[in-house]
Amino acid sequence: MRQITYRDALREALREEMLRDKTVFVLGEDVGRYWQGAFKVTKGLAEEFGDERVRDTPISESAIVGVAAGAAITGMKPIAEIMFGDLSALAMDQIANQVAKLRYMFGGQTRVPVVIRMPFGAGVNIAAHHSQSLEAWFMHVPGLKIALPSTPYDAKGLLKTAIRDGDPVMFFEHKLLYPLEGPVPEEEYTIPFGVADVKREGEDVTVVATLYMVHKALAAAKMLSKEGIDVEVIDPRTLAPLDKQSIVNSVKNTGRIVIVTEDCKTAGVSAEIAAIVAEESLDYLDAPIKRVAEPDTPIPFSPPLEQFVIPNEKSIIKAVKEIVY
Amino acid sequence: MRTSSLRGKVTISREGYRLNLEKEKLLEMYRKMLEIRHFEEKAFELYGQNLVPGTLHLYAGQEAVAVGVCANLRKDDYITSTHRGHGHCIAKGAQLDRIMAEILGKKTGYCKGKGGSMHIADFSVGMLGATAVVGAGIPIASGAGLSIKLRGTDQVVACFFGEGASNQGTFHEGINMAAIWTLPVVFVCENNLYAMGTRQTNVMLIENVAERAVAYGIPGVTVDGNDVLAVYEAAHEAVKRARESRGPTLIECKTYRHKGHSRFDPATYRPKEEVEEWLKKDSVQRFKAKLLEMKILTETEVDKIEQDVIAAVEKAAKFAIDSPCPAPEEALEDVCA
Repeated sequence: MRQITYRDALREALREEMLRDKTVFVLGEDVGRYWQGAFKVTKGLAEEFGDERVRDTPISESAIVGVAAGAAITGMKPIAEIMFGDLSALAMDQIANQVAKLRYMFGGQTRVPVVIRMPFGAGVNIAAHHSQSLEAWFMHVPGLKIALPSTPYDAKGLLKTAIRDGDPVMFFEHKLLYPLEGPVPEEEYTIPFGVADVKREGEDVTVVATLYMVHKALAAAKMLSKEGIDVEVIDPRTLAPLDKQSIVNSVKNTGRIVIVTEDCKTAGVSAEIAAIVAEESLDYLDAPIKRVAEPDTPIPFSPPLEQFVIPNEKSIIKAVKEIVY
Repeated sequence: MRTSSLRGKVTISREGYRLNLEKEKLLEMYRKMLEIRHFEEKAFELYGQNLVPGTLHLYAGQEAVAVGVCANLRKDDYITSTHRGHGHCIAKGAQLDRIMAEILGKKTGYCKGKGGSMHIADFSVGMLGATAVVGAGIPIASGAGLSIKLRGTDQVVACFFGEGASNQGTFHEGINMAAIWTLPVVFVCENNLYAMGTRQTNVMLIENVAERAVAYGIPGVTVDGNDVLAVYEAAHEAVKRARESRGPTLIECKTYRHKGHSRFDPATYRPKEEVEEWLKKDSVQRFKAKLLEMKILTETEVDKIEQDVIAAVEKAAKFAIDSPCPAPEEALEDVCA
C-alpha cells in the first residue's frame, strides 16, 4: 500500500469531501492560498476550490466558530480550523454553549454539522500558549464528538466521518504527527466513530494511549517485549463516543491497565478512562490502574523543561513494570 | 414624518424617502404588535399563577422593533434572537400556542420543553433560535449570512440584540466578518437603555450604538424604536441592501422595556419620571393613534382586532396549560443527531 503523511491524509479527506459535497467549506486564519494553513494541511485547496470555499478569516476565533455554527444550521457543512488548539479558549462560548447545545436547546429542530480542526500537543518548544492537550475540556461538554487520530490512515478515515456526521466534531491533530508517514489506501474508506483500534496485541498489560502517545506506547511495548512483557496497545480514536467495551474487554484479558495521555493528569482523559475501568471491570484487575500523563503545570519552553513534563517511553515502561510483576 | 392616505394605499414621506404600504400590511403590523403585547401580559399573568418555571424576560414595550423589522422579511429569511425573544418569534410568524407551551415547559412547545423562554426557535419560519448568552447570536447570524452567500440565494438575516451585547467581543468579531464578506445581514440593536440594571451611559461613552458601524465600514442608523414605521423604513432600506448583496447594516432602535429585566426585577434603578416619559411614547398606542388619524382604522375596528388578539392569546394559553409535560427521560434525547 502507498505511504503518505498524516498531513497529506488530512488534506485528501478535505479535498475528497469538498468534491463530494458542495456544502462543505473550510474557514480559518491563514487557511487560504497565501499561507495554506499554519501546518499546510489546506495547501492547494484554495487554488482548486476557490477563495469562497477555502476562506481566510480575521483573527476572530469566537466568530470563526460562531459563523460556522450559523452556516451549519442553515444547510452548510463548515470545517473551521483553529490555528492552535490552545486558542479554542477564545471560542469557548461558541463551542461549549452554542455549537454543542443548539440542537438540544431547540428540541432537535436542527443539526449542527460543524467540524473544528485543531492542532494540539507539546514537543516543539513553543511554550504554554501553543502546546497544550485540552481533550478533557471538550469531553466534559455533552453534544460534542471528539476524534483524535494517531496515524495517517485514521486521520483520513476519521476526518471523512467527521465531515459527514450531523453533529459537531472536535477534531484533534497532534502537531508532531503531521510529517508521520503511514499506509493509506487509494480507494475510498471511512472509519466509524466509537470504534477503538488495537494498535498492538498483547497478553500481559493493556496500554490505552491517544495521539502522539500511541507511538510512544508502541515504542515502549517493543522494548518491553525484549524483557518478556507482552503489551497490548489500544487507541480509542474517538473520546466521544468512547469505545468503552474494547478497553474493558482488553482489561478482562490482561488484568492490568496503564493509561497514557498527554493532557494534565488531574481530571484528565486518563481519569475518565480509569473510572470506567474501575466501574466496569474492577473484579478483573490484578493490579492498580496506572496513569501516565503530564504533571499539572503549564507547558514550559526550554527543551529540558518541556521534555521533563511530556510522557515518554521511559515513564510508560516504569508504569508498566510497577504493575507487571 | 408626514403621512397621507390615497385609495387604501398609504404613502409615508420622510425626508424625501417614500414607502408604499398596503392597508393590509399596516393592519398586519398592528395586529402583530398587539399579539406581542397581549402575549407578554398573559405570560406575566401565568407566571403569577406559578405556571411558568424559571424566569421571564418580557418584550412588552419593544414591539415596534421586532414587528418593524420582520414586516420586511420573507418566510424563508432568517432571524436570530435573544433571552428577550418572545416578540421576535411572534413577529417572524411562529405560533402563539407553541411559544406559550415552550414557556410553560410543555412537550408541545417548540423545543419540547428543553429550551424554555430563553431558547425558543422555530426553524420552519426561519427563526434560528434565541441564545441566552448576551451577544452570542451575532456571529451565528453572520454564519447564516455566509451560508446564504455560499448557497447563492437572496435570503436575508436579521440579527436582534441589545445595546449591552454591543460591548461583547462577538459584536466586533461578528459584524466585522459580515462587513468584510458583504454578507446579507441586518444587525438590529434594541437599545432599551439598560443592560439589566446598568445604564448605557455607565458602560459606553457614545450616545448612539449605531456610531460603531463606522468601525466596520458599514451604514449605521439610529431610529425611534417606539415608532414602528420608522423602524420599518430603516429596516426596509437595510433589507433591500442586504438582498441586493450590498452588505450589512447596523440599525439602532431606541426603545424601552415596560417591565424590569426579568420577572424578579422591580426596576427601581429607573427614575419614575423616565419610565413615565417612555410609557407616553408607547409604540402600540402611538401606532394605533396613527392608524386612527390616518383613517385606516375606526374605533370599532380597533376594538374588534383587540378582541380577536385577546381571544387568540387566551386560546394559546389554554393550549399550553392543557398540554402534557414531557416524560422525564426525554431529557436524554436530542443531545446528538
